[in-house]
Amino acid sequence: MTGILFQVTMALYFGGTVLFLIYLLRRSEVLSKWSLIIAGIGFAFHTLALLIAVVMVDEVPIMTFKGAMSFFAWALVLVFLGVALKRGLHVLGAFILPLAFLSLISASIAPAETQYLHPFFRTIWVHVILSMLGAVGFAVAFVAGLMYVMQDRLLKSKQFNVLYFKLPPLDSLDSLNQRSILLGFPFLTLGILTGALSAQLTLGTYLSWNPEQILALVTWIFYFAVLLGRVTVGWRAKKAAYLTIVGFAGVILTFVGVLLKNHGPLGIL
Amino acid sequence: MNIIVVGLSHKTAPVELRELLAIPESRMGEALTRLLSYPNVKEGMFLATCNRVEVYAVVEDPDAGFSDVQDFLVSTHLAVSAEHLFPHLYRYADDHAIRHLFRVATSLDSMVIGEPQILGQVKDAFELALAHRTSGVILNKLVKKAISVGKGVRTKTRIAEYAVSISYAAVELAKKVFSNLAEKTVLLVGAGEMGKLAAHHLVNHGVKQVFLTTRNSQRAENLAERFGGSAISFEEFPRILPKADIVLCATGASHYVILSEEVQRSIQERMNRPMFLIDISVPRNIDPAVKDVDNAFLFDIDDLKSHVGQNQEERRKEADKAEEMVTEEVTIMQSWVRGLEAKPTIVALRKRADEIKRSEVEKALSRLGNLSTKERQAIEGLASAIVNKLLHGPLVTLKSEAQSNNGFAFIEVARRFFDLPETSLISDLDLLYQEQGSNSEQDGIGCDLSEVVESDPMKDEGESPKES
Repeated sequence: MTGILFQVTMALYFGGTVLFLIYLLRRSEVLSKWSLIIAGIGFAFHTLALLIAVVMVDEVPIMTFKGAMSFFAWALVLVFLGVALKRGLHVLGAFILPLAFLSLISASIAPAETQYLHPFFRTIWVHVILSMLGAVGFAVAFVAGLMYVMQDRLLKSKQFNVLYFKLPPLDSLDSLNQRSILLGFPFLTLGILTGALSAQLTLGTYLSWNPEQILALVTWIFYFAVLLGRVTVGWRAKKAAYLTIVGFAGVILTFVGVLLKNHGPLGIL
Repeated sequence: MNIIVVGLSHKTAPVELRELLAIPESRMGEALTRLLSYPNVKEGMFLATCNRVEVYAVVEDPDAGFSDVQDFLVSTHLAVSAEHLFPHLYRYADDHAIRHLFRVATSLDSMVIGEPQILGQVKDAFELALAHRTSGVILNKLVKKAISVGKGVRTKTRIAEYAVSISYAAVELAKKVFSNLAEKTVLLVGAGEMGKLAAHHLVNHGVKQVFLTTRNSQRAENLAERFGGSAISFEEFPRILPKADIVLCATGASHYVILSEEVQRSIQERMNRPMFLIDISVPRNIDPAVKDVDNAFLFDIDDLKSHVGQNQEERRKEADKAEEMVTEEVTIMQSWVRGLEAKPTIVALRKRADEIKRSEVEKALSRLGNLSTKERQAIEGLASAIVNKLLHGPLVTLKSEAQSNNGFAFIEVARRFFDLPETSLISDLDLLYQEQGSNSEQDGIGCDLSEVVESDPMKDEGESPKES
């Protein structure tokens, strides 16, 4: 049941991705509405699938890497729909929907985890949710940064093409970038704290220096510096855009770290 | 009699020089009167905008006229020396002068073809000349014609539309950097027409604050009033630069007014908040190296043009259409001016024939003694018939040949054949005024001058300065 729902969701996200990309490269505004509707329906299916998974499987699905990636995609689309409806930044979909689609793909191709979770570990879902919400914030910041760099280049090279017309004003993108980091950073902080706490409870140590933990800490320090740099030395606009693109690479690496951890010699944590 | 123009424009002189040549309105009357005090100069008009300074004059001899007007320019502007000024001046006479004025009025000579302000500026210059009675029959006709050609071109071609879209492109570009212009501060440097037009659009979009600066502080004050902004001194504006989100530069100076380092520094001071700079000047006023400064977005007039994305070919066609209209009107105007030369001759010829006829008839009548009214009328009729028939051919030839290229030669021949006195131009013009009063000439394009001239100058001939 949930499998079919996830597949429908994936199909809809893929359809939305294609529509949004066509919208991005054509003058017409007509497609933006349809792409948004497709994304909305996809999101509804996704929500249903997640709910059914939680209720039916009697286990928090995001405990697995698959589940976590699915939740990440879901939260990402949720944020996108909110921003699109509130600020009219529909064009964001052309970047976020592919990202959501890719997350679902990676969730579906990740090796199945049949680990039995010790009941003691069950509280760890809080850590996963918080960390994922942090990642969503950085993903949106990454998308805003990417769009910023594209628009910056178009303006600098004076290419007034379709993309230039579709991309939002630079300051909107910079502000979206900043807000997303401001949203993601507290979640990541809490995610790391709860993770450390879980580690203490299960393994007796806050920090075991596994790849996931190291990368998470590096990511945290990085975004902390980005936020601090903005207010102190003016790391905004183009610099902030580049920094968040680099930062998101750190987030991806952390995902990979989690995957390594779960399947590597280090075991569960 | 010749129409001449002596002047300089953004094409021939830097803004520093053009600004030196401006005449404050309070001194305009005195200046125009002094222009007319040159014996050679019969009519005069002074056209000054931020992009051009020109003196239009009707003179007896073009070469003498040129040197008179040049002398006038130098003596009116003590700050400018002849050596400094003359290399920048252009001098046109007759049909070249007419064409020049028409091209100016139609904005074909402007920095941005189709810009709307020049037509109003020509009207203002004309009104000043009218107010100070330095415009006479020829300039009246010429400038009215120029204004009507300007209007015709604006309505019949699309060049005007194009200029508006260029200045509007500045707003559209700004909106790609700033989502909300209402929070933004604009700095307008210089008083170039396109700059003002772009500033106008920005103000319409409700920018928070407008700073203005021009080299001429009075002009900055005037602009500040117009845009509801604050005028700052030209020396001070680099200090304001970091506060400006949007910089519009249209001074037309020959050097960079805003340097790349200044922008770099401003961006730093702004903590990397982007700056949007538009350089609507030719030559450029903002160092093009600004393009390499992060978070500074510089666009020049060509970028605005390409943003408008209008078909280059189509644009050229519209300008060509306008040029054609100008050429047509120049031809019409030219033949009017030539006819004007023939008219005093024709009038003098008629007058002379009339005098001869009258004195001969009188002589004959006194010799013949008592005659009946019928006989008297027969003799007078005979004399009139002979004179009219004899003159018919020469008059027709004179009128038609005066329109031709060697019209002046025909007029000269007629004067010699009939032994006509070299009547002074002034009395010729007297006759002309009388003739024109009864015979209002209509030109090709209906010239609606109701908003230009309150009172018809043609009717003011009684008090015309030309009369004395």
